Amino acid sequence: MRLTILVPLLPLAGAAILLLSGKRWRGSSAGWLATGLVAAGFVVTLILFFRLLGQPPQHRRYVAHFFDWIQVGTFRVALDLRDDPLSIVMALTVTGVGSLIHLYAIDYMHGDPRFTRFFAYMNLFVFFMLTLVLANNFLVLYLGWEGVGLCSYLLIGFWFDRPAAANAAKKAFITTRIGDSAFLIGIIAIWVHFGSLDFGKVFGAAPGLANGTATVLALLLFAGAVGKSAQLPLHVWLPDAMEGPTPVSALIHAATMVTAGVYLVVRTHRIFEASSSALTIVAVVGIVTAIYAGLCAIGQDDIKRMLAYSTISQLGFMFFGAGVRAYGAAIFLLVTHAFFKACLFLSAGAVMHGLPDEETDLLRMGGLSRLMRVTALAWVVSAAAMAGIPPLSGFFSKDQVISAASLAGREALWVAALAGALLTAVYMGRATFLAFFGESRHDGHPHDPPPAMRWVLVVLGAGAAVAGVLGLSAGGGALLRFLKPVVGPPAERVAGPPEAVLSLISVIAALAGIGLAAFVYLSGRFDWQAFRARFAGARQTLARGFYVNDVYAGAIVAPAKAGAAFLAYLVDDRVIDGAVNGVGGSFRRLAGVGRLLQAGLVRRYALAFAAGAVGILVYVAVRL
Amino acid sequence: MRTPISYFLLVSGTLFTIGTIGVLLRRNALIIFMSIELQLNAVNLALVAFSRQNGNLTGQVLTFFSMVVAAAEVVVGLAIIVSLYRKRRSVDVDDARMLKW
Repeated sequence: MRLTILVPLLPLAGAAILLLSGKRWRGSSAGWLATGLVAAGFVVTLILFFRLLGQPPQHRRYVAHFFDWIQVGTFRVALDLRDDPLSIVMALTVTGVGSLIHLYAIDYMHGDPRFTRFFAYMNLFVFFMLTLVLANNFLVLYLGWEGVGLCSYLLIGFWFDRPAAANAAKKAFITTRIGDSAFLIGIIAIWVHFGSLDFGKVFGAAPGLANGTATVLALLLFAGAVGKSAQLPLHVWLPDAMEGPTPVSALIHAATMVTAGVYLVVRTHRIFEASSSALTIVAVVGIVTAIYAGLCAIGQDDIKRMLAYSTISQLGFMFFGAGVRAYGAAIFLLVTHAFFKACLFLSAGAVMHGLPDEETDLLRMGGLSRLMRVTALAWVVSAAAMAGIPPLSGFFSKDQVISAASLAGREALWVAALAGALLTAVYMGRATFLAFFGESRHDGHPHDPPPAMRWVLVVLGAGAAVAGVLGLSAGGGALLRFLKPVVGPPAERVAGPPEAVLSLISVIAALAGIGLAAFVYLSGRFDWQAFRARFAGARQTLARGFYVNDVYAGAIVAPAKAGAAFLAYLVDDRVIDGAVNGVGGSFRRLAGVGRLLQAGLVRRYALAFAAGAVGILVYVAVRL
Repeated sequence: MRTPISYFLLVSGTLFTIGTIGVLLRRNALIIFMSIELQLNAVNLALVAFSRQNGNLTGQVLTFFSMVVAAAEVVVGLAIIVSLYRKRRSVDVDDARMLKW
């Protein structure tokens, strides 16, 4: 449907207008323009969504051809946009949650000297993300993919005058680039193999792939997803990315950008399924990341870093779901996660806003629920949703993901996922009780944010609470039924106990986690501060993410820096500059000899002149 | 009885030598300038003398050209000396050695 082009075009127009008109926007008008355009994109997406609904399920796919982008020999890439259930669900999430975050940012960023530019970048980011999810071939998807990386660089480093932010931006860009390179190689390999980058052609031919080829292709694509979605071992950029403004964290690192990897795996699942081992690798990487990040999140004292690790952990669950072929459930978790994680980030932003000096240390909060009622309510609902407490949204989505492992007969993975869910409940409980309950450890007079920000929190919190209805009815719920034409039906039970029992077990795990956190941090019967001091080493290990960063710094960054220093200070300074300066210097020395002739004394020149004349005369006289 | 050409050439050579020595030894730009004029006139004299000896007017015509060019040269040269004096309060050519590296 040609209307589809409007969806990415509206935010692009916003970015172009704001970037070109610069500082002419007074007050918050730039923010309202940006918000309005993303919201308009949301409305257009809704129209597309209802048009899709009006079709029978097997016909819910439109490909709109706009123009031929590249045509070289047999290599053809068209700029096509696709709307099918998966794209539309992603686009609705991006524009819906995105416009709420824009709205929140108007007040949050108020008074920033680069206010207009901030919204230009935000719009540009939404544009690239929409290009990514609406693409109908790998190259257009890659265009969005790289654009999203660029915008994350711009936005994480938005306060580039802070060295930490500038470094975090570089780190995010370089780390994701490692995955992006693998992804690009994967795209080239796909073209070499299928002779096309078009989704329809590639996925149509994918089931006939040889096992080895499919594994290589799938793992190259997955490497891209690992970088973008901050999974082990390329997760290190995301916690640092919290240096960006909080709405950026909410937009990029919770709701949209990092989900691109999950989307990619779900979109290309036919390639993964053609391989015997790729999906298992995806599931294992996902669950290991989920558990690892869950442990790290428990050790974080910074509220935003805690949320960053929780994002990594939840993304791990999404990959895990995709890895056990519960693609619909993975996307369901992605959608609900967008709600509750955006809400959590924005609540954290409200807390920072309310406390003096943008306080992010959980240990210097406490008891905020009495002073920031709306914020606390939004946070608690979202945190409970994330922990998987029924009837909130996270319960349905995460339960579907976890149960899928057992239903597929993979008990070991299921047990690991339960452990991950338990950790989720523990760290969310810990953060909630430390920040919002217990005795007050802060100074200043915290208060709820201004109305616009407050309403965004309310809407997102409500979404986090009720989005679970999408997974409520028969056959895995409305969302899964809607996605079925793209991702296939949810897996049938082949082994293990029935779903109701599995759900009960996940709820017990979630409640146990929260109970543990409540006992430690809320009941007053456990001296957690003494415990903390006693196990300082272990706490430090968790807080620093098992020293992965330090290992990278020692094993990769330090040798690279030493190599660069060798090249810069020895090879460049001595060898290259030495050769260039040596040539120049030898001419200078030669000129130094000739220069002696030019003394500047006119009489000496005249003498030379006369001597020359006499010389010629003598010569002529002698010759004649 | 015509005066032999050698007399003229002797005067011309003497004048030219005096001019050359003046150019080489004196440091006052004006004196050097006058010495150059002396050299020019020595050459003019030789030209006229040869012209007369050979019965050919070309040399005398050339002398007129030479004098016109010398007049123009005096204008330029004196202008340089005046501006040099304004700049440096001196017409000593050994002081004027800015144009070296």
